[in-house]
Amino acid sequence: MSNWLKICALDDIPRLGSRVLRREGAPDIAVFRTAEDTVFALEDRCPHKGGALSQGIVCGNKVACPLHNWNIALETGCAIAPDEGSTKTFPVKVEAGIVLLALEQPAHV
Amino acid sequence: MNKNNKLKLVCVGNGMAGMRALEELLKLAPELYEITVFGAEPHPNYNRILLSPVLAGEQTLPEIVLNDLDWYKNHNITLHLGKKITEIDRVKRVVRADDGSEAPYDRLLLATGSNPILLPIPGMKLPGVLTYRDIADTEGMIAAAAQYKNAVVIGGGLLGLEAANGLKLRGMDVTVIHLAEWLMERQLDRTAAGLLQKSLEAKGLKFRLATQTQELIAGESGRVAAVKFRDGSTVAADLVVVAIGIRPNTELAEKAGLHCNRGVVVSDTMQTYDPRIYAVGECANHRGIAYGLVAPLFDMAKVCANHLAQMGIGRYTGSLTSTKLKVTGIDLFSAGNFQGGDGTEDIVLSDPIRGVYKRLVIKDDRLVGSVLYGDTVDGAWYFKLLRDGRKVADIRDKLMFGESNLGDTGHQGQNRAAAMSDDMEVCGCNGVCKGSIVKAIKEKGLFTLDDVRKHTKASSSCGSCTGLVEQILMFTAGGDYSAAPAVKPMCGCTDRTHAETRAAIRDHELLTIPEVMKFLEWRTPNGCASCRPALNYYLISTWPHRAKDDPQSRFINERAHANIQKDSTYSVIPRMWGGVTTADELRRIADVVDKYRIPTVKVTGGQRIDLLGVKKEDLPAVWRDLDMPSGHAYAKALRTVKTCVGAEWCRFGVQDSTKMGQDLERGLWRMYAPHKVKLAVSGCPRNCAESGIKDVGVIGVDSGWEIYVAGNGGIKTEVAQFLVKVKTAEEVLEYSSAFLQLYREEGWYLERTVHYVHRVGLDYVKQRILDDAAGRKALYERLLYALKDEPDPWAERVAGADRAQFQPLQPAASREGATA
Ligand code: SRM
Ligand SMILES: Cc1cc2nc3c(=O)[nH]c(=O)nc-3n(C[C@H](O)[C@H](O)[C@H](O)COP(=O)(O)OP(=O)(O)OC[C@H]3O[C@@H](n4cnc5c(N)ncnc54)[C@H](O)[C@@H]3O)c2cc1C
Ligand code: SF4
Ligand code: FES
Repeated sequence: MSNWLKICALDDIPRLGSRVLRREGAPDIAVFRTAEDTVFALEDRCPHKGGALSQGIVCGNKVACPLHNWNIALETGCAIAPDEGSTKTFPVKVEAGIVLLALEQPAHV
Repeated sequence: MNKNNKLKLVCVGNGMAGMRALEELLKLAPELYEITVFGAEPHPNYNRILLSPVLAGEQTLPEIVLNDLDWYKNHNITLHLGKKITEIDRVKRVVRADDGSEAPYDRLLLATGSNPILLPIPGMKLPGVLTYRDIADTEGMIAAAAQYKNAVVIGGGLLGLEAANGLKLRGMDVTVIHLAEWLMERQLDRTAAGLLQKSLEAKGLKFRLATQTQELIAGESGRVAAVKFRDGSTVAADLVVVAIGIRPNTELAEKAGLHCNRGVVVSDTMQTYDPRIYAVGECANHRGIAYGLVAPLFDMAKVCANHLAQMGIGRYTGSLTSTKLKVTGIDLFSAGNFQGGDGTEDIVLSDPIRGVYKRLVIKDDRLVGSVLYGDTVDGAWYFKLLRDGRKVADIRDKLMFGESNLGDTGHQGQNRAAAMSDDMEVCGCNGVCKGSIVKAIKEKGLFTLDDVRKHTKASSSCGSCTGLVEQILMFTAGGDYSAAPAVKPMCGCTDRTHAETRAAIRDHELLTIPEVMKFLEWRTPNGCASCRPALNYYLISTWPHRAKDDPQSRFINERAHANIQKDSTYSVIPRMWGGVTTADELRRIADVVDKYRIPTVKVTGGQRIDLLGVKKEDLPAVWRDLDMPSGHAYAKALRTVKTCVGAEWCRFGVQDSTKMGQDLERGLWRMYAPHKVKLAVSGCPRNCAESGIKDVGVIGVDSGWEIYVAGNGGIKTEVAQFLVKVKTAEEVLEYSSAFLQLYREEGWYLERTVHYVHRVGLDYVKQRILDDAAGRKALYERLLYALKDEPDPWAERVAGADRAQFQPLQPAASREGATA
């Protein structure tokens, strides 16, 4: 069992855009939607200087950070070379038009 | 086809051009080919031009390797070192090496470089006689220098002088023999060559000019012992280096029946007469030219890779080259046609005491050549002017004094890249010092400005240090590598230039970003953060009220209609028409600051007030409570119209500059443009509103208004140029609007008016705005049409538009449900 959380409808996120999920006492999460309707979730903090990735421009499966234009891969959260660093990713999926996010990995399966 | 269904690509020549082409190819189509490389030298690809610093003892051989053996392995390239290809069988499509090994090909890339030219005189084969081309030659010279005393270098060109300098530094007694009357006669005029000779003599080199060599004479041991000249005299020599020129290495191609003529003849797609066979680098002859420098081969490699990758869109159209001598302590630069000739004018600065000589050759109001000696700081800048073919009338009086004289800010006028210490800061935006740039260039084998930007971030923000970074590249890597083609593609997603893209959008009525990308064959599915905003602007400015704005293709500031700050809060700058406000507005601002606990309130440099540190979700409410229009301080759009108090109050004022400014601002606000646009109106020539450094600056005079255009007060201070004097306020509106509409229609994204006008020339602007009254009115009409019904973005959002982006998602507990 995993604790999937319904966070919004797919159409609440613009194509090539994102929404921000606020959490109490924990960093925000940025939820992205690509041109192909794939959804990704990353901690909303750029590995460079903490820029809000949710505010960046999405191209392909990457987001360009709004502060200094680092490119971050959405699947892995890793900065694209030559930059180095990574941000945390979260499992997400879309079912029947609803976006579901797994906040914590369950301890046992 | 072979077992894994890949095409076979064989590259003959493991040098700079061949490997560069493969690198470019691997970027575009990493899986398309099974690649095999044959190199006659026993080394992986190295930076040949750094042989000179190696010879001079400034660098070591391992430092100049560009692609180590792991690189080949990691890219699954089969590498044959120390094997020379002796035959191409074009029927069976197989190449054969001198050791008998063979490799079949579907595509063949020839990158065999050049061979040194030998002297047709007796004694050339004696031990102790070398040419200067590769690692073996360099090692031979280093070994000879350790053992012998007397060296003679035949040839006073670039290579010869670098060899002579290196041998001298290794302790030899060196004489340079040169056939022409002055050194480097193909790169320098006589005066500069004289200065060069003097500095080299001061380093201990000896010269014999206008001298022809007749014979190399052997000593008792059989090794070369002397050089004999036409006039009968001789010079002792235990080492002779012949560096009289190079010849494209076409032996293999000729044997295979490929058309050669001082190089393997190639088309603009780098294909030889056999379309399966490509050629790049010094072995190729393109449009009659065989180049002998690296800058062109990078352009060739790019085009060749594009075609090998089956994209088929790039064309190589030739390169302009520049020369820099890599002898430490000697600054010498030449480019273009520096000899002058019919229809050219010279500007010459000669200061023999300081050892400085500069010559600029101008033809038809454009720089066509330059020779710099002793002070080459502006070499890169002159070369850029030359390549861009920019008109120079407007800067002609300052041209000789260099770029910094035009007002570069941000690095204290510090320009001498060579003289800078490693810890000195080059890029003030990203805090990058010289040492880190030099290190990246050496360790990562960087060649272009773009590479340096990517790896070090230097020059990637405001760009004011670009010239300096180019110089560091030149000094560290040796040549002018930054020779970006004058026609630069928009970004890595395409080979199209801004101009081509704008034209296609207009001529083919393209209305959406996907349409443009499909029509112009973009390489990436949805572009990048650099081309998408440009395309969005081109669409909405070309097709107002037809093309739909795409918020996801705008930088966050224009999407959120506020400026993002380092902590991801936003700043809010409401519009204050012409810098004038009221008690009411100020009261509302004060209330908003209290209500939303806004941490900082600041008066901006644009005569209005900035509220800093606003949370994104508060923005719509802040805008609602302010009840003022957007100041567009975040947009590539009309920003501010600064005014002075003017005739209404000021004791000197002759025109009502405040009202004029407000009218301009009300007429032009909501106007998107290639970059931000700033205006100013002053009430008299005292010019308190600083109209002289604005995109459009208006100055009131007794009899009317003077209009100045294309000024800039930012990274590089550029004084606005006088456009016209008019009588009425209506005319000010019409002329200013027409100028801005012209810029909106023709400017490239992120090009400010100053750069646009530099590119097209003020004469052209005058012709469109002043000489053509109907055209001017039509431009004005088109701007009015574009602005018609354009909403205030803040009011729109207060009314509810685009709500989602300001509202975070809240994971409600009730929504939780195990669905999987
Ligand atoms: C707020 C302000 C500084 C201030 O506190 O006074 C300011 C703040 C910024 N300026 Fe500026 N500039 C401000 C007046 C100026 C001026 C003075 C002026 O307008 O009279 C200049 C020189 C004049 C000019 O533009 O020619 C100026 C030249 C620049 C430049 C260099 C532009 C250039 O082409 O050289 C940049 C960088 C850029 O645009 O790429 C820049 C960029 C910026 C940015 C947008 C940097 C960024 O990308 O985040 C800053 C945004 C801060 C923010 O988030 O609010 N700012 N900036 C001024 C806002 C004026 C306004 O009311 O709208
Ligand atoms: C000492 C020196 C200093 C220089 N300084 C500068 C400078 O400051 N600025 C500048 O722009 N340029 C400079 N150059 C020129 C620059 O190095 C060349 O333009 C560049 O290396 C040309 O690249 P290429 O790939 O065409 O040829 P190369 O780099 O010569 O590569 C060709 C390779 O192919 C191999 N080869 C040839 N035939 C065969 C065959 N049949 N089978 C297998 N392998 C074969 C050769 O052994 C060689 O390794 C300098 C050159 C030298 C020698
Ligand atoms: S420019 Fe100076 S003197 Fe002239 S009107 Fe403005 S404030 Fe007065
Ligand atoms: S914080 Fe993201 S690029 Fe600097």
